[in-house]
Amino acid sequence: MSTRPYITCRELIEFLHLYLDQELPPDRRAEFDRHLAVCDSCVHYIETYKTASALGRNAWTDPEAPVGEDVPEELVTAILAARRSRA
Amino acid sequence: MNVQKSRSMAEARSASSQWGTDSEASQLGALRRGEEKAFEAMVRSFGPRLLSVARRFLRDEEDARDAVQEGFLSAYRSIGTFQGGSQISTWLHRIVVNACLMRLRSRQRKPEESIEELLPRFAEDGHQVAHPTPEWEGSAEELLARRETREMVREAIDRLPDSYRAVLLLRDIEELSTEEAARLVGITENAVKIRLHRARQALRTLLEPQFRRAPAW
Repeated sequence: MSTRPYITCRELIEFLHLYLDQELPPDRRAEFDRHLAVCDSCVHYIETYKTASALGRNAWTDPEAPVGEDVPEELVTAILAARRSRA
Repeated sequence: MNVQKSRSMAEARSASSQWGTDSEASQLGALRRGEEKAFEAMVRSFGPRLLSVARRFLRDEEDARDAVQEGFLSAYRSIGTFQGGSQISTWLHRIVVNACLMRLRSRQRKPEESIEELLPRFAEDGHQVAHPTPEWEGSAEELLARRETREMVREAIDRLPDSYRAVLLLRDIEELSTEEAARLVGITENAVKIRLHRARQALRTLLEPQFRRAPAW
């Protein structure tokens, strides 16, 4: 068992993205795992960080949102007019 | 609805559907020859999605419409350089995203709000014992099943400082690679990763009051 001091919550959370993206070297990753084995707060932080990220990725994927919306007619007219003036 | 309006809507539908029926190569040829009908079909076909993208980035209807207009005009000017290696929808998407980012950069507003207030806080020893992270009421899937969740999340994303919100949108919503996002924003890939991490942390902080599990008494 390691006698080294645990990394702090600050270190874990600051570099969490590297841990989740599997970008930490093995010895560093082991330090993160050792901290998580004794820190419920950081475990909850990671869970809720992942949940928030997933919610963000799905914020505009509403299955009930209307599909096939038309572009506003005045915008089409403006774009076509601008094109003609520059043609 | 009067006859004139009815006719123009029919013409619009015809122009829009034309893109879907003609082959992309045929449409590209028409665009390169400067045919207005092909250009109009492109605007009507891809405009709605591109306008949604611009609204997300700019949070202002007029700005969003201007960015879409700039994007289509830019596409018109550079259609000769489009190699056809990617779909035209992907190419237009990049052009409009770029137009949005340029607008975000050029906004002469008050200095951007700091994100520090939205990042986790720790005790002096670097631990969070004094403010342990609470659990939330459910998984992302369970929370997304609630009608109001997406609106809450969109509002929270809108509250992020522009430079962080832009990276979150590029990576998590528009699904660009880290490399592409870095090139468009003009920062290093490492800086993109750090900004994305902080944006997600800030989003977590903003959503926590809505979704934290009530403490058991």
